[in-house]
Amino acid sequence: MYQINSQASPDPMNEELKCIHCGNSCGKLPFLFEGNPFCCSGCSTVYQILNTNQLKQYYQIEQMPGIRIEDEKRPSDETYAFLDLEKFKSKILTFSEGDISKVSFFIPEIHCASCIWLLENLHSLNPGVIQSFVNFPKKEINITFKDSEISLRQLVELLISIHYIPEISQHSIEKTPSDQLDKKLFLKIGIAAFSFINAMIYHFPQYLPGHEFLETDIKHMFGWLSILLAIPVLTFSASDYFLTAFKSLKKGIISIDLPIALGLITLFTQSIVEILSERGIGYIDSLTGLTFFMLIGRWYQGKTYQALSFERDYKTYFPLAVTKITDLGNETIALEDLKAGDRILVRNQEIIPADSILKSGTASIDYSFVTGESMPVAKQTGDFVFAGGRQIGSAIELTIEKEVQQSYLTQLWNQTENPYTVNNRLNTIVNRVSQYFTIIVVLIAISSGIFWLVNKPEIALFSFTSVLIIACPCALALTVPFTFGSTIRQFGRKGFYLKNTAVIEHLFKVDTVVFDKTGTITNAQSSDIRFVGKELDSVQLQQIKSLVFHSSHPLSKTIYNSIESDELLEVKEFQEITSLGITGLINGSRINIGSRYFVSGEKTEDEKLNTEVWVYLQGSVAGCFQLENEYRPGLKSLIQKLERTHEIHLLTGDNDAEKARLTEYFSVAENLHFNHTPTDKLNYIRKLQKNGRKVLMIGDGLNDAGALNESNVGIVIADNVFNFSPACDAILQSNQFGKLHRFIGFTRQSINIVKAGFLISFLYNLVGLSFAVQGNLTPIVAAILMPISSVSVVVFASFSVHLTAKRKLK
Amino acid sequence: MSVVFILVFVAIIMAGAFLIAFVWAVKSGQYEDTYTPSVRILFDDQEIKESENSQKITKEKGEKEKQEVISV
Repeated sequence: MYQINSQASPDPMNEELKCIHCGNSCGKLPFLFEGNPFCCSGCSTVYQILNTNQLKQYYQIEQMPGIRIEDEKRPSDETYAFLDLEKFKSKILTFSEGDISKVSFFIPEIHCASCIWLLENLHSLNPGVIQSFVNFPKKEINITFKDSEISLRQLVELLISIHYIPEISQHSIEKTPSDQLDKKLFLKIGIAAFSFINAMIYHFPQYLPGHEFLETDIKHMFGWLSILLAIPVLTFSASDYFLTAFKSLKKGIISIDLPIALGLITLFTQSIVEILSERGIGYIDSLTGLTFFMLIGRWYQGKTYQALSFERDYKTYFPLAVTKITDLGNETIALEDLKAGDRILVRNQEIIPADSILKSGTASIDYSFVTGESMPVAKQTGDFVFAGGRQIGSAIELTIEKEVQQSYLTQLWNQTENPYTVNNRLNTIVNRVSQYFTIIVVLIAISSGIFWLVNKPEIALFSFTSVLIIACPCALALTVPFTFGSTIRQFGRKGFYLKNTAVIEHLFKVDTVVFDKTGTITNAQSSDIRFVGKELDSVQLQQIKSLVFHSSHPLSKTIYNSIESDELLEVKEFQEITSLGITGLINGSRINIGSRYFVSGEKTEDEKLNTEVWVYLQGSVAGCFQLENEYRPGLKSLIQKLERTHEIHLLTGDNDAEKARLTEYFSVAENLHFNHTPTDKLNYIRKLQKNGRKVLMIGDGLNDAGALNESNVGIVIADNVFNFSPACDAILQSNQFGKLHRFIGFTRQSINIVKAGFLISFLYNLVGLSFAVQGNLTPIVAAILMPISSVSVVVFASFSVHLTAKRKLK
Repeated sequence: MSVVFILVFVAIIMAGAFLIAFVWAVKSGQYEDTYTPSVRILFDDQEIKESENSQKITKEKGEKEKQEVISV
């Protein structure tokens, strides 16, 4: 289940050479080293490093295990300079004493056995590394190293040199205590299991015929040992049930934990009374068994995807440090020390940390994390630059306008909590049922007590406690964890990852679906391309292809891929002019490709509808390539199916150029909203909720973060689920986009299975109660009925989810 | 019947020992990662730097076998 490999698999039909490092196509001009083909110089460099260090086994454990980093994505040499500063070092290191330091990094790229092998052999690459240990499910590496031989910065650069880029951010250095919680739950389960098994052994002889001949000494011993076993279960293993029951009672809510706590306490007191008065052995086996089953349910429900993070905010994304330009030279300062008015340097591939103004250099900023738009935006000196973009190209100088906390983007996270979603969180199906359940059980207990008080006073108290014991809603409490726990697992196998089980119920209640446009319903990776202008012949196309081959700009790559031509021509005097275009000589004739201004000299002020790339060749402007976003496959049928059951809205920051095209997909044109800022999106969601709507927001970038947070359920679409995505309730792998309606539909099945599970446990309760109200409940009835009801509900829930998923989630 | 007392005593000591072993296993972090060790155990112990040619050949054979194991 951990092998979620989202790397694009190479086309098997393609006979082209594949890079032996990363498996990507090498194209027509592979880089060769020792006769091995590589797609790029980066891959071949890694191969050479591993080769000289005798680590070629990397390529034998798995085929083509390597990671490709495109040249322009490589962090600059100075990016990690801040790791040399004591201030950051002490924050990042998990342990440091004398010469020995320990550190742990999250590396999203870890994906196979070869990765584990190579990363655990880091000491072969640098003797300063003492030991490295990979935690595969968490995609984490723990490294112990000698400070004197390799510095933290060198260690990080070592990892980058073999293309494993660790994620170092504000968020990753704040330690999370979730491990500790997990450990505690395991201990609770272990102790409950220990007590359960031993208590069963002590109880069992007394369920057999002839137990009345057992010596009283032995009975005594068994009784006392049982009590001893029950104490740690009650005080440690089951402590959470008492705590939450008490807490919610204080808030005036009857939660499922209340009848559980009530049942456990009654079980324990009744057992002590019976054992001390030598009337019997009590119900300790049932008590410990119940606790054990319920804890197992809690564990099953709580198991989550360790490598995925649903809580990320801008801190995960922003750097820890920035380079400040002072009169004395460059200085590395912490992000939180950045003040308005500071001048900073942003290098290739670095993130702009705060809203600022461009002072020098030409910026080409990639906002794909923010807006989902994959084309970089060009900025000129004096332009205002929003935080969150990634600079591509040479270093730029910025003057900070607003501090990080006040920046437009970060403010989306500082919103107050939404009252509509908070109330919702408590209103779960199990809480609603348990309210009635608890009241009815207490009523039955009291009335049967009163009945016997009149008719046969000596068993009145016993029948009262019996009802509370047998009605302990263990089966009820197990239905939801196992149904929803199985549902989460089934979804995970299909590429839909939920934050926790509560999301299933919220998803079921949703009646309105709001889509973001760019990056969500459009495919950021590919676009429709067409040429407008003079007809181009094959030689001209060949020339264009040859020229764009030399540029690393995403648009050049799109054009390159769209032209089918085998040979490349020689390009002379190639020049790339940042944010304008490229130029070169082919066969003595000049070709310019780039912006309209660059190619034709005309400045256009009108809003661009589409992305355009103009071409000048053979002495005249030939025309332009127009790029249109391509919608994700399956969008049409998805919308059609969802429109039957849900109201569909679309929010986008773009202008309404695409409106006509979008109305082909969305039938209600009034629900398409354009020119929405991130805050508008957020307010729109609130407005819908104010009208009683339960909203599902589907987005992808940081600009949706506010809306995702506000909505009842926020789903993020991601090409690679391990890469950065804003805080949300669920992550959907982009290739599963067309199946979204099935996942939403499946939640209805899950709820139905829960209801059926409730019915089963009510039937068991009916049987048990018929014993209890008559005052006939014996330990053996409890010992048989309670485990059977729990196990049968667990089996029913897991199997029905599994079978339904097979039919519905193909 | 007094032998039952001894048996119960022995049984509880044994069960207690297992409980302690379990607690130790949890505390030492064995349940934090239940996947990686299963992969790690398939890697050869290797002293690559000293390896001679003859060793290399046998090693590569071993790797091929292991590769099959992993890909299964």
